Amino acid sequence: MKLKQIESLLGRIQQFSNPKLDLEQYPTGPHIASRMLYTAENTFGDVNGKVVADFGCGCGTLGIASAFLGADYVIGIDVDLKSLETASQNAENLEVDVDLIQCDVKNLSSRGQVIDTVVMNPPFGTRKKGSDMEFLSVAFKVASQAVYSLHKTSTREHIKRVALRDFSANSAEVLCELRFDVPQLYKFHKKKEVDIAVDLWRFVP
Amino acid sequence: MRLLTHNMLSCNIKGVKNGYPLRLEAEKWTEKEVDFNAKFLRGIFPKIDWPALVGSARSFGFNDLLPDEAPDSSLLASDDDLLRRFHHALLEIHVEEGGLVCPETGRRFPINKGIPNLLLHEDEV
Repeated sequence: MKLKQIESLLGRIQQFSNPKLDLEQYPTGPHIASRMLYTAENTFGDVNGKVVADFGCGCGTLGIASAFLGADYVIGIDVDLKSLETASQNAENLEVDVDLIQCDVKNLSSRGQVIDTVVMNPPFGTRKKGSDMEFLSVAFKVASQAVYSLHKTSTREHIKRVALRDFSANSAEVLCELRFDVPQLYKFHKKKEVDIAVDLWRFVP
Repeated sequence: MRLLTHNMLSCNIKGVKNGYPLRLEAEKWTEKEVDFNAKFLRGIFPKIDWPALVGSARSFGFNDLLPDEAPDSSLLASDDDLLRRFHHALLEIHVEEGGLVCPETGRRFPINKGIPNLLLHEDEV
């Protein structure tokens, strides 16, 4: 599937109706999501024919994008039931299969090496400190091939250090820097739209 | 929830040692055809816990779908019928309503609208 086509299909995804502040529920836009998964597949071959898990899947954008790029099995995990029900509806509307699990990612317990690739847009840890690293820690435990994740550019050095030192990553690489448009979802956002610089990372566990 | 997902989940309550496999209680399920991909199936086969898969298939009454003993991987290369049954069990059965029960504690995690709820209570974390 072509990049433009994926982006356009992802544009049909229904997003959070009442985003929850404590969970940092920012939607992953179709522009970022399509490029993230397109790169994962076309540069690294981490999606097609693989088992892909989307951590903190929200309304399912990254998981659904993985399915478009040929993932054979997609699992979306989120703590919030409302989001999962929206994700389920989105997957059905776009005619892809995504298995959904309601679970706090940090408490996920899985056996074996079933999951090849983890993709995620984790909470940036601005509201609850360290939640981005909790996600990353679990991703390293379950992924056998690669982890793709978005983190604030301002945390780049910290992420790299923790990934290599604490999580024993074989590699930790920033693939590109993106502008993350966070629309005015919450009252504490004073400006209409806030642009955050975000890194797209690829880790090899 | 499909059986590949069931095959990788274990009970996540703190302190539980024998939380795998979760016993599947299927009250309502559907079957839905998905594209057959022999390469994917052969690749995932060695990562699957066979007894757990056989047990979960039985909870739907599919008693003869899969052999009790894990077949040799060379058999999967030659036996197309077996590979198709493996495909069906792993990817085409969707549990809509039911539960997952921890073998050690008996704690039941409900499955509603196809989504298992593995959220823990405060005293289980």
